[in-house]
Amino acid sequence: MRHSRWISILTALGCLIAYPVLADVSSALSDAGIEVHGFAEYRYGMRTQTDSLEDDISLNEARLQLDALCYHDLFTAELKGDLLYDDTVDNLEDIHLETGKGFFDLRQANVLFSPLDWMDVKLGRQVLTWGTGDLVFINDLFPKDWQSFFLGRDDEYLKAPSDALFVSLFPAFAGIDIAYTPRFDADRHISGEHISYWNGQQLAGEDSVLNTEPPDDWFTDDELAVRVYRNVGAYEMALYGYYGFWKSPGGMNPMTGKWLFPELAVYGASARGPLGGGIANVEAGYYDSGDDRDGDDPFINNSESRLLVGYEQEMAKDLTVGVQYYVEHMMEYDAYIDALDAMSMPTNSARDEDRHTVTLRVTWMLMNQNLILSCFTRYSPSDEDVYVKPVATYKVSDHWQASLGADLFAGSEDYTFLGQFENNSNIHASLRCSY
Amino acid sequence: MRRSVMTAVMMAVSVVAAAQAAELMADEIVAKANDASYYAGDDGRATVSMSLSDGRSRDFVILRKDVPGGLDQKFYVYFKAPADVRKMSYLVHKRPGKDDDRWLFLPALNLVKRIAPGDKRTSFVGSDFLYEDVSGRGLNEDTHELVETTETQYVVNNVPKDPGSVEFASYTVWIDKDTFLPRKAEYLDKNGKLYRRVSSEKIQTLQGYPTPTEQKVEDVARGTSTTITFSEIKYDIGLNDRIFTERFLRRPPREVTQ
Repeated sequence: MRHSRWISILTALGCLIAYPVLADVSSALSDAGIEVHGFAEYRYGMRTQTDSLEDDISLNEARLQLDALCYHDLFTAELKGDLLYDDTVDNLEDIHLETGKGFFDLRQANVLFSPLDWMDVKLGRQVLTWGTGDLVFINDLFPKDWQSFFLGRDDEYLKAPSDALFVSLFPAFAGIDIAYTPRFDADRHISGEHISYWNGQQLAGEDSVLNTEPPDDWFTDDELAVRVYRNVGAYEMALYGYYGFWKSPGGMNPMTGKWLFPELAVYGASARGPLGGGIANVEAGYYDSGDDRDGDDPFINNSESRLLVGYEQEMAKDLTVGVQYYVEHMMEYDAYIDALDAMSMPTNSARDEDRHTVTLRVTWMLMNQNLILSCFTRYSPSDEDVYVKPVATYKVSDHWQASLGADLFAGSEDYTFLGQFENNSNIHASLRCSY
Repeated sequence: MRRSVMTAVMMAVSVVAAAQAAELMADEIVAKANDASYYAGDDGRATVSMSLSDGRSRDFVILRKDVPGGLDQKFYVYFKAPADVRKMSYLVHKRPGKDDDRWLFLPALNLVKRIAPGDKRTSFVGSDFLYEDVSGRGLNEDTHELVETTETQYVVNNVPKDPGSVEFASYTVWIDKDTFLPRKAEYLDKNGKLYRRVSSEKIQTLQGYPTPTEQKVEDVARGTSTTITFSEIKYDIGLNDRIFTERFLRRPPREVTQ
């Protein structure tokens, strides 16, 4: 049921024509103490090369976001959702709130209140984030939408919502955040639907979408994430803990061929603060892969130690540069290689013991900060692959915003973390009207 | 002969002393002006509306609290418009003489971003106001000279101690004698040409504190200007210190949402 791109353009126009109506509705609700805002957006993207496994058009969507916010003396309530027309998707009418599939994506639906002076509670669908990395997440195990991010949607869509109870406690000595997700929320991970990937043997795409077996029992397959943090002078220190599952497929059931989300616990710490005229951050985490602690199961991820060191500085007026070094060290590496050998599985595509990564971000604001040029590069010398994401955003007025960007992948092998996406390199453009 | 040398020495000493006194007086005036401009009351709140000459606007609420016993201050800014910055909050721990600590909260990502210390002479949210206009300039960064005293105003000329760190060669401030509020500041570039003017268009006395309620910045060189108006101003409201922490960065306090 593929339509022409004109349908999405017409939908986008429809959204824009609806703008004055929305403005009226918004002002009426505002009188009732409810703020309504949002945007209408059209976004188009295409691959810069042919991928025999996917469409040439990577994005062709019209989106209408509505965000209603109510500040009451006793609580704050927020409801935010996107209506979507995506020409590259066949069955838009099948709405799946958990994965965001279909013509409606519920982004937020929560209520925030303070039952005690030193306690905040946020209950419902919400976006959760913590940690210090720039697009590198060690202790932030809240769901990400890598598919949206690599297709070139707005940065906001990198974060997928969680359905959680979020409790914040503020005793005198620290801040304590506890996020309880009663049913596992996986990443909106790469699955082959729009982005082709390495399936363990070969590149695969929309005709061989990743078949997964996510843990989905309420209150049994749950997740718990904890952060304890405090500032020491200008330095922010934090400790983290997570008990749940690998957020993107981290194993396979060799009997069914389905991908799994094995058990995972993460223990970590971070620090961030001023250093030599810039901001430095360091973050570490130990990934305890409970289903394969010995590392001898070739179908389940081994445990890992992860370390990130970053530094950001303003190099000139409105020009900021950030660099990061990140390493993932696989534990019990010998057992992993032995296990591959024992199963007569290929070791040439095996992971390295240490996956080193460096990132560079340059952000330059021009024309009274109305033109923002940003380029994020992630390069792995050990995997010999690279990802470059340049984006130019121009604020035409207080309401209109246009963007032009690209997501470019390259790698010497098809099976590395970024190299597998080489055929998904794309350019994209958007036009957004906010109200 | 000897006597005339003595006289000359004494005259020289008195000239130097007078110059020092004038300088001291200039320093005092500038310190008082800084106090009147940025330290009225122990804390305060204002609704701020910026109007840029290109038709853009910026609306936000600002909270301020002074750290007792010094010049350190904390600021909390909650943006209401335009749409792309709506609901963002911004926290500054200002420590004169050192880099400010700054955090920005991006609600769509629920992300608290630490902002690298920046050039304080950078545009504030894309307007003609500079970051330093909003938070104040360190008193020790310039040498101050009282160049004129009129019936109602002190006129102070300021020269940066580190000319390489700023875009101006000097600036002159007209300060009202009765309130110590600056009425006008004019900035000269390295060629001695006027390129920037900041003026207080309206001053009202609120809760006993003379307060600029409308200010204008003109970028004479580029031909742009920004007008800023302050309303719903309240001083000494007893803001809780904890508002200026990550907790309230993530969940704006009622002081800014209402």
